[in-house]
Amino acid sequence: MKMKENMVTVYIMGEAYDVPDSSTIITAMEYAGFQLTTGIGCREGFCGACATIYREKGDYKLKGALACQTVVTDGMTLAQIPFMPSEKPIYNLQEITADINTVKELFPTIFRCVSCNTCTKACPQDIEVMDYIQALKKGNIAEAADISFDCIRCGLCALRCPAEIVQYNAATLARRLYGRYLAKKSPEVDESIKEIEDGKYDKELDDLTKMDRKTLSEKYYSRETKLR
Amino acid sequence: MKIPYYPGCTLKSTAKHFENSAIASAKALDIEFIELPKWNCCGVVTPLAEDDIMHHVAPVRNMIRVLEMNKAGTVSNEKRLLTLCSMCFNTLKRSSLRVKEKIDDLDILNDFMYKEEDYDGSVEIVHFLEILKENGFDKINKKVKKSLKDLKVAPYYGCMLLRPKDIGLDDPERPTIFEELLSALNAPPVDWRAKNKCCGSFLTLENKETVAKLGHDILTNAQKSGADMIITSCPLCAFNLDNRQKIIKKIHPEFETIPVLYFTQLMAIAFGLDKELIGLDKNFINPIPLLESKGLL
Ligand code: SF4
Ligand code: SF4
Repeated sequence: MKMKENMVTVYIMGEAYDVPDSSTIITAMEYAGFQLTTGIGCREGFCGACATIYREKGDYKLKGALACQTVVTDGMTLAQIPFMPSEKPIYNLQEITADINTVKELFPTIFRCVSCNTCTKACPQDIEVMDYIQALKKGNIAEAADISFDCIRCGLCALRCPAEIVQYNAATLARRLYGRYLAKKSPEVDESIKEIEDGKYDKELDDLTKMDRKTLSEKYYSRETKLR
Repeated sequence: MKIPYYPGCTLKSTAKHFENSAIASAKALDIEFIELPKWNCCGVVTPLAEDDIMHHVAPVRNMIRVLEMNKAGTVSNEKRLLTLCSMCFNTLKRSSLRVKEKIDDLDILNDFMYKEEDYDGSVEIVHFLEILKENGFDKINKKVKKSLKDLKVAPYYGCMLLRPKDIGLDDPERPTIFEELLSALNAPPVDWRAKNKCCGSFLTLENKETVAKLGHDILTNAQKSGADMIITSCPLCAFNLDNRQKIIKKIHPEFETIPVLYFTQLMAIAFGLDKELIGLDKNFINPIPLLESKGLL
């Protein structure tokens, strides 16, 4: 007989729901009857689509999380942020330079940063968000690219920023500039591109697209072990 | 001597030659700058409003880093934080004094911080010039390899090193610290009226013409007083007095350009340090012909 699950009460946009205590925020919402069509993506903590803000019972802190990666607690109150309106400058990567002038021109707002560190507190990826903004202010593109490497563009930092900075777009610029101008060139990449162009992987890709879901899933989860 | 060092954003980008020449000259005097392991922008302007606490977060966090360095043993019992940029000096010092006076504000700030330890008000903000003075200008004189005796230098203080009075590092009306340094470098200091006149500061973003007008007054006063060059310790003043000579020349075609250097570049020249570190190619008005004509390069 299946053991009876322990239930906890969570408040989703103000309404109380009893859900199993092992649920993530996503599965809790689904258990409660929400049908998620936006604010949900890979369910694996990679895509950044399921940004959620919440408070826990007895804690004044407003926290940010990915709903697919966070287990509910009793008394949690939460709301999803399925989309973050943001300003996004358009630029041609071939025409800009990897230095402070580009940062000033495309993201003048980052100079409004008051160093409050609220963005860092909000980041579900534990990225030192303020530090990458500060690195950009100093024109240190490589450092900004490095610190922001794990950013999944969930938008929570920008949501909390009192200076209304869109950190993740600035970080994306840093990583693009790094990749285009600063990263050490590796000959392997050119070789691989040539291999792709020559059709070396065409058959493998073809096979993958024809695979049924189960085989594909098995293949996916065994990939890391096979690689090493 | 090892001292915690706060560079500030500009010294890592457009004023890299200020930082390089300062570190190198300090090293020649056995003063080692230990850069804060982590630091954020100083905040640039000190909020003067009584109820604006938010803008003190940035300066205070930098001061906490000094405590952390002492704890980690990177420096030993050295709670002074050295600055080079006049603006950073002014902003950080004002905040350091305010939170010392207003303990309630400090409590709010400490409460707001994240993983940082509490700030106790014990950090003192100093400028490199003060450390040079304390270290002894005679020691500087002993390091001089190239005498600047034929170079007439007008020391430009601007506002941020001197005002307001309780922040300033010298007499706001009759400062002498730059002159003492110049004498130690064997450079005859030029006495001039505009040395503590405002350069226009951030107006340079919105009203270039006004800044050009102020700059023209300052620069021509230096020239009339016999100066060959001007020295400063502020990247913003340097921008307004050096880079803005382009517009000044446009408005006043008869104007003759004059080089503007960071005081640390001049020290590095006198000490005979590596050209790379002095970075004379970074100055807008090319100082090389002048320095060559005086046999200094
Ligand atoms: S840096 Fe911002 S957008 Fe990127 S993961 Fe962290 S909170 Fe999300
Ligand atoms: S939340 Fe905004 S203002 Fe605060 S540190 Fe981050 S970027 Fe700067």
